[in-house]
Amino acid sequence: MVHPKAPPSGRYDVDKIRADFPILSMEVHGKPLVFLDNAASTQKPRAVIDAVERYYRAENANIHRGVYYLSEVATKKYEDARQTVQQFLNAASTREIIFTSGTTDSINLVAAAYGRKFIKEGDEIIISTMEHHSNIVPWQMLCQETGAKLKVVPIDDNGDIIFEAYEALFSPRTRLVAMVYISNSLGTVNPVKAVIDTAHQHGVPVLLDAAQAVAHQPVDVQALDCDFLAFSGHKIFGPTGVGVLYGREKILETMNPYRGGGDMIRSVTFEKTTYNELPHRFEAGTPNMAGVIGLAEALKYVNSIGLGRISAYEEEVLAYGTEALRSIKELRLIGTAKRKAGAISFVIDGLHPHDIGTWVDRAGVAIRAGHHCTQPVMDRYHIPSTSRASIALYNKKEDFDVLVESLKNIIEVFR
Amino acid sequence: MDELKELYQQIILDHNKDPKNYGKLEKHNHDSEGFNPLCGDRVHVYLMVEDGLIKEIRFEGSGCAISKASASVMTTLLKGKTVDEAKALFAQFQKMITADVHTPPDVEKVGKMAVFAGVREFPSRIKCAGLAWHTVIAAIEDRDEAVTTE
Repeated sequence: MVHPKAPPSGRYDVDKIRADFPILSMEVHGKPLVFLDNAASTQKPRAVIDAVERYYRAENANIHRGVYYLSEVATKKYEDARQTVQQFLNAASTREIIFTSGTTDSINLVAAAYGRKFIKEGDEIIISTMEHHSNIVPWQMLCQETGAKLKVVPIDDNGDIIFEAYEALFSPRTRLVAMVYISNSLGTVNPVKAVIDTAHQHGVPVLLDAAQAVAHQPVDVQALDCDFLAFSGHKIFGPTGVGVLYGREKILETMNPYRGGGDMIRSVTFEKTTYNELPHRFEAGTPNMAGVIGLAEALKYVNSIGLGRISAYEEEVLAYGTEALRSIKELRLIGTAKRKAGAISFVIDGLHPHDIGTWVDRAGVAIRAGHHCTQPVMDRYHIPSTSRASIALYNKKEDFDVLVESLKNIIEVFR
Repeated sequence: MDELKELYQQIILDHNKDPKNYGKLEKHNHDSEGFNPLCGDRVHVYLMVEDGLIKEIRFEGSGCAISKASASVMTTLLKGKTVDEAKALFAQFQKMITADVHTPPDVEKVGKMAVFAGVREFPSRIKCAGLAWHTVIAAIEDRDEAVTTE
């Protein structure tokens, strides 16, 4: 595989990339599909679709401990996928890569297996205002169970965390920081390296919700020095129902098992069960084998283009889209952080996002309307919901031209 | 674009922009809140019912054009009607928006609500049109829990 640190070079041929995604050539309501809901889920390249199909056609059998041909093939593919993820994140070892069902599952794993063991009554967990509900609710549940407290980092009007306020939240009882890398509703790229360094100065581990980060920029867990990192396969061109938890080996070793069952054990008697080694200890039951293999294929696909180039290209598209939307005088951007990636949220005077979503859909444009599972962000800006356009490596500047034209149209009709 | 025009008819745009009977009814004996968790739409309906007759009805809340216009048109229809007439109208409205898209609305029975027949082309928007109606029925029946469309 191509290592993300040595990305391919040359012209970024977006049309060639688009041709890799069968769904992008379809029409919606008689119009070419303009897919701008990538923060919710991304489309799949042919390589991923083929890998999943090939798995079910010619490679399917339950993994681990099978002594026959197909089981050995499936096991090898599954464990090779783990190595692909390890290299993708530049983790120190495959023992640090746990397959889950997605970001939500990964965070719940940490809340259950780390949180229940190490977080006690009166302890504190720091999160931020811009967390997705999946990085709020598991901690609230843990707090309810243990009597620990949530501390929330405020954000300013632009959608940047207020760093001094973050630093001020630390106390001798702080046990964990759980923060989003890139916000799904505001597009803010958080200064996660500084967030982690600050937490480590207090001896506090950090979990990063990287669901929105991995498809837009290189992520290196050793350079970040983060303790946990979670992401989902379907948001990086892979199948649904599969995700990853990266955990620092030293910490994973100290944690309780997450779920009990097959594959996570070394031996079971009715008197005593000993647990399997890392990372299998956290993968009870038959895993999502096709999903894991599809995810590895998606990461290879991303590597073949290079996240450095993807990041540079997307920055141009996002800047163009931002300016195009700003040309509409009735429109207000929600989220104008110093560094942004992926998503642009906006509101338009007198227009409800739901009406906007329905309207632009008829022009072939898929955007999302709602609170984007970040209700505290909506409360922060005193709005019920926003419209959100979010990009991926296959979007073009022209996609925003179609969106903007349709928006001008609805503004005219609703005037 | 034809379905869009069918959905966003002028009468709906007008009610969205300038909703009738909007604002809290201070003196009321029935009220209920409805909300659509999918999009965050909220509506609060207040009624003054005397001897089975809806003397006054007002609403407040926030929502999309469809939900706001539906609430507005509904209040203009229900004011002065009996509770039984309101329930019958709700049943007719329900019948209309869940009918096959090719069935023309029975204008005689649903009256001005016929303008909402266009939502049938937009499955994700049917709940928007129905929210205020479900809420008013809950208010009339004095159901305590908030109405949700989920």
